[in-house]
Order: sequence, then structure tokens, then C-alpha cells
Amino acid sequence: MDGKIGVLALQGNVSEHIGAFERALSAMGHGTASSVFPVRKPADLDGCSALAIPGGESTTISRLIEKNRLYEPIRTFHGGIFATCAGMVLVATRVMDSRVRPLGLIDIAVDRNAFGRQKDSFETDLVLKGVTGGSFHAVFIRAPVVQTAGAGVTVLSRIPRGIVAVEQGRHMALSFHPELGGDTRLHERFLRNLGL
Amino acid sequence: MRNVRQGKRVGTKKGIPEGRLLKMEELRFGTELIKRGFASMQKGGVIMDVVNAEQAKIAEEAGAVAVMSLERVPSDIRKAGGVARMADPEKVLEIIDAVSIPVMGKVRIGHFVEAQVLESLGVDMIDESEVLTPADEQYHIDKKKFTIPFVCGARDLGEALRRIHEGAAMIRTKGEAGTGNVVEAVRHMRAIMGSIRALSGMDRQEMTDYARDIEAPAELVIECAERGRLPVVNFSAGGIATPSDAALMMQLGADGVFVGSGIFKSSNPERMAKAIVEAVNHFNDPAVIAKASKGLGDAMPGLDVHKLSPDEVLQHRGR
Repeated sequence: MDGKIGVLALQGNVSEHIGAFERALSAMGHGTASSVFPVRKPADLDGCSALAIPGGESTTISRLIEKNRLYEPIRTFHGGIFATCAGMVLVATRVMDSRVRPLGLIDIAVDRNAFGRQKDSFETDLVLKGVTGGSFHAVFIRAPVVQTAGAGVTVLSRIPRGIVAVEQGRHMALSFHPELGGDTRLHERFLRNLGL
Repeated sequence: MRNVRQGKRVGTKKGIPEGRLLKMEELRFGTELIKRGFASMQKGGVIMDVVNAEQAKIAEEAGAVAVMSLERVPSDIRKAGGVARMADPEKVLEIIDAVSIPVMGKVRIGHFVEAQVLESLGVDMIDESEVLTPADEQYHIDKKKFTIPFVCGARDLGEALRRIHEGAAMIRTKGEAGTGNVVEAVRHMRAIMGSIRALSGMDRQEMTDYARDIEAPAELVIECAERGRLPVVNFSAGGIATPSDAALMMQLGADGVFVGSGIFKSSNPERMAKAIVEAVNHFNDPAVIAKASKGLGDAMPGLDVHKLSPDEVLQHRGR
């Protein structure tokens, strides 16, 4: 199956996600029939089987989602959602901050900037459930964590501060940035879960 | 973070994978990847100068990706004269407490102790800025010694690459701060983008020669040629006063914009702030920029940069 993958391109680490999905598709042997596009307005979602919501400033992206009339189209999007960092905050059902209007796509309660300020940002190696090929090098930048996850949510990784990687149905949300660095295993896993 | 740093196990439940302790030595702070990654998260955004908590909240509400905490905006620094220094820590903390978006702070060129102070306060990124009075006319700060990332000004490719070599995780073209006149911002952005475009016609030997000419490390010149852009995020600054100015800089290749005096020296800062965010978000859509620009009131009063006396020109500080 071929697919069209959208990357929400309102603010943040957009080009890195586009690059990572392109590398993942080529590693999986997809030809030119599969491609990655920026999503800026509701019509851009047409025909997409996946949408990535990248890192950036969650308050800024949340406002831009409203401003660009993307809230309902994303909330009712039929495909899979791949959400990282600020994206994880946006797809949650509950956020401990009224400045963000969560989309309620994954049954998680998320704490923004859970580790502190930029000086507390860090890199580490994580073991992720069901991800083969050794640990995953994860970059946490002013990252959120999941405080509580609903019964339908699969926890892929947890560190002492909280849960940092989850899946629910076709959706995946990560506290860290798999698009920084060359490892596309999580992008590939997400695409395979969608049958791509 | 405290719990992770202490390697303390929190809320680990039976059956949840990966409950192992994360020890301090397994976490790496302040790496190049983290610093550049932070800068990358600001892309497509507007970073606004603010001098108090109230302005910081207006900026956040308008959709700024970060705020720059300052004692005075650049146009007031011009008027005040004298030595311009880092802001009072009390002011910086007031701004940090007011918003959830990142807070940046300016230090004098070469003043690494001001930078140490801002880092200890919890500032997320430091701007080693020509807008303040330089503390060192020979050396910039050795930015690799810090955990938090730095942004530095540049007028051309050589200056940008020297700053990156010193550890800057982000570049902003200097423009001429506090003038409300975009002409220098345009000059500096065109200089950098044009030089990178010119690299595509050079072979390795020519690039090495060119690197010597612009006094930049050859490996960074080659990296620019391979990527077709600077190795770090490049914002525009210094003279942006309207939504069209901001969109102009984005179309010329900026990854985002800093707006200094342009917002809080305009007649309606709330609307100006929102309009500039809108224009950056839709920088290729003239209809949206037109709508955002309607009835904004007066932009900040501008200055003719050609009429500034040599000691009033800030962009020549640091090279």
C-alpha cells in the first residue's frame, strides 16, 4: 500500500520530520508513490493516511491550529497520528495548562516542560517495548511526560519522571525527538502499524 | 528533572516496561545536538523583546515562540546612551515566572560572567548581542563551555561561521536594532544567503580559498555548501517593524524573526504582535498579510540608518 504522509507545518521542527519520513519510506522500500507533504490548511489533509505533529512551542502551535481552522479536521482525522514533544501535548486528552487546547486523540494526561528549563534538557538511551535492534537514542528538549495513561494506551517506555512513549491504535506519541538523529525505527514502526 | 537526576524511581508499576533506573551518568546535558535542537524548535516563529511580565504575557498570548528579556528595548537603549548591560536578574525572573514559553536573555559581547549569571537564573538561550555595549573587543564568549545554547548576530557568512565555530547554536542576522528600518536586515540576509548560493559553483579548493578570504573554518564552509544553508537555524533581526517586514525576511530565507522595539513601540502592541505572528506563519500568502496589516495603527517611528553617527551604529560591534 502506498501512502501520503502529512507533516503539520505551522511552526517547529517540520523539515526534520519530512526528512525522517522520507528516509523511513526509502528504508522500507517504498517508491515514489509514497510521499511526504507539509500540512498548513484543512484541504492539505485530503488523501493523507498519516499526520505528524512535530515539536515546537505547544502554545504557539495550539493557537495556530485554531487560527488555521485545523482543530476539527485533525480531531476527526481518519489516519494515524505521529506526535512528538509539543505534538504529544497537543494530542492528549488532558494537559495541565490552560494555554493549550488538547485534541483528545490519545487517552493520556500530559505535563508540559516536565523536566524543567533548557539547561535540564538531555540525551539518553531508551529501551522501547517491541522495538528491536537495541536501545533508541532519545533527545529530550524541554520535554513533556505522560502522567497517566488510559486502559487502551500501550506504554512503550517509561523513565523515573514518567511515561515517555505510548501507542493507542494507529497513533503514537513520544516525549522526545526521533527526527533529530538518523534513527528512523520509530517512524518505520508507526508506518507499519498503518499497514504502509 | 530532579527525580531523573537523582536516579530516583518514581511511579514504576508492575508490568510496565523499562522501569530501570536512569542514572545521572546515562543522561547527557548541554550537547551540541540539544543546543541546536532547541534552536530548531523555534523555526517558523517570532521571538519578541519584552521588558516586564505584562509584555511577556502579551507576547505569549499573541503566539510568540519565545521572549527576549531586556532592561530596555533597543530604541530606548539608543535614547538612553551610556553602557548597556545585562538586565537586572529580578526582571529576568519576573519574566520567567510570567510565561511558559522559553525565555532568552541578552549579554554583552565577550561578557561570559553575565552569561553565567543568566544560565544560573534558568534562562533558556543567551543572545550575545551587539545591542548591548561590548565587554571584550577581541574575543566573543567561548559558548561551548555552557549548558544552554547561544544565539549570535552576523552580517555575512564569515561572521556567522566564526560564531558557529565558537559554539553558537543559532544565528540571527544583525540588521540595525532599534531603528524600525528593515534595510540592514535585508542587506545581511541577502549577504548570507547569496554567499551560500555562490558556494554551489565552487570546487573544494576554491571553497578552501574562499574560507580563508572570509576568515571562516573551511569545514564549516564545506558543510554550508553540502546543506545549501547554514548548519544552524538562521533568524532575522534588527529593524523589523511591520507584518510585511517580517514576511519579507521569511521570503528572503529566514527561519524565523526576532522583533525588538517593533512591537512594544507601536501604537497597538497586542494587535501588532498577533499580526506579525500571522504574517510569519503565512509569509507566502499576500492576502493573509494584507488582512493582518489592516488598521494596525502606527508602527514604531523609524530612523534613517544613513543619518546615524558612526558610534550610533550597533552592527559593527563584534566581527
